[in-house]
Amino acid sequence: MSETLRRSMLFVPGSNAAMLSTSFIYEADAIMFDLEDSVSLREKDTARMLVYNALQHPLYKNIETVVRVNALESEFGRSDVMAMVKAGVDVIRLPKTDSLQDVINMEMMIEQAEMEFGRDLGSTKMLAAIESAMGINNAVAIAHGSKRLIGIALGAEDYVRDLRTQRTPEGTELLFARCSILQAARSAGIMAFDTVYSDSGNEAGFLKEARHIHNLGFDGKSLINPRQIELLHNVFAPSEEEVEHALAVIEVAEHAERQGSGVVSLNGKMVDAPIIERAKWTLERAKSGIKR
Amino acid sequence: MEILQRSYAGTLESSDLLVEVSPAPGRSIEVEITSSVEKQFEPAIRNVIMSTLDQMGVSAIRISINDKGALDCVIRARVQAAVMRAAKGVHCHQLVWGAI
Repeated sequence: MSETLRRSMLFVPGSNAAMLSTSFIYEADAIMFDLEDSVSLREKDTARMLVYNALQHPLYKNIETVVRVNALESEFGRSDVMAMVKAGVDVIRLPKTDSLQDVINMEMMIEQAEMEFGRDLGSTKMLAAIESAMGINNAVAIAHGSKRLIGIALGAEDYVRDLRTQRTPEGTELLFARCSILQAARSAGIMAFDTVYSDSGNEAGFLKEARHIHNLGFDGKSLINPRQIELLHNVFAPSEEEVEHALAVIEVAEHAERQGSGVVSLNGKMVDAPIIERAKWTLERAKSGIKR
Repeated sequence: MEILQRSYAGTLESSDLLVEVSPAPGRSIEVEITSSVEKQFEPAIRNVIMSTLDQMGVSAIRISINDKGALDCVIRARVQAAVMRAAKGVHCHQLVWGAI
């Protein structure tokens, strides 16, 4: 699995020049420019040109860039992909991925653009957003659909509409979709990303959802407000106690290895390979911050 | 690229600019710049406009911009979009790759 941190992916409307000019100052793990739902039909062309030029600006050279393009079936999708690949985007986010064929079609389009503009073949990654009941049913096939995929993501607003329900503070209506996405992503060895929390003024509600998806095992979440970045990173950061425990696990494991002993224990609890692996992972995460 | 009709791109919001382009009667490039940072950056803004038009192969145009402190990448994007709208009308999504 990739070690790249993608806890926070900040959505930035592609048609908003002011936001495009400042979003690099926020410390999100990735900036996700949107050409799809946040852009009105009559500004699709201008948003495409704004993002195309912003991607090439030195301000965005040191941050991972993702662009949510319009569906290939729309009149905008193909031009979006061509422009973003030419500009050197890191990741193309597919909207409304319902089937393996959607992934294959996008991969072919990206490959064509890479060849046309002299980009390294395979250098443009993909992120598939699943936003329907059919997409959830096909999550495993989608997740295994391309080597370019860094992960799959849940798009909840369209999904709950498809289910004929609505989002609730408890998130019960999304549990099946979240678990399906996580299972599919892990079986393919890629990342899983949660949907946006749209009530940006409700910090308590955001934190509750962030802890929930972190506990489920998600790697990150799409965000719509920069204020949510630090809150989310803090949820994903290990606590001091977890770091101390991880250090102790590594120490006893190394001691046991030197002694040639197979099984060891720490405070009366067995320490085996999965525990050691988790301790290493905790220390890796601690490099980007300890929980406050 | 030939300017066939009047077109606009952009907004008058902060960090953005409004670009208006139209056919030039004299087959020349006429540039008019109004900017909130005109004193410091007028030559730089003009350079971005001229290099963008040059790259797009535009040799006859009347272009007027009202800038509200946009970055050079935003200026370039708005000029490109306005020119494509003026040259291609409803086909402005069919990009001319060598021109951008």
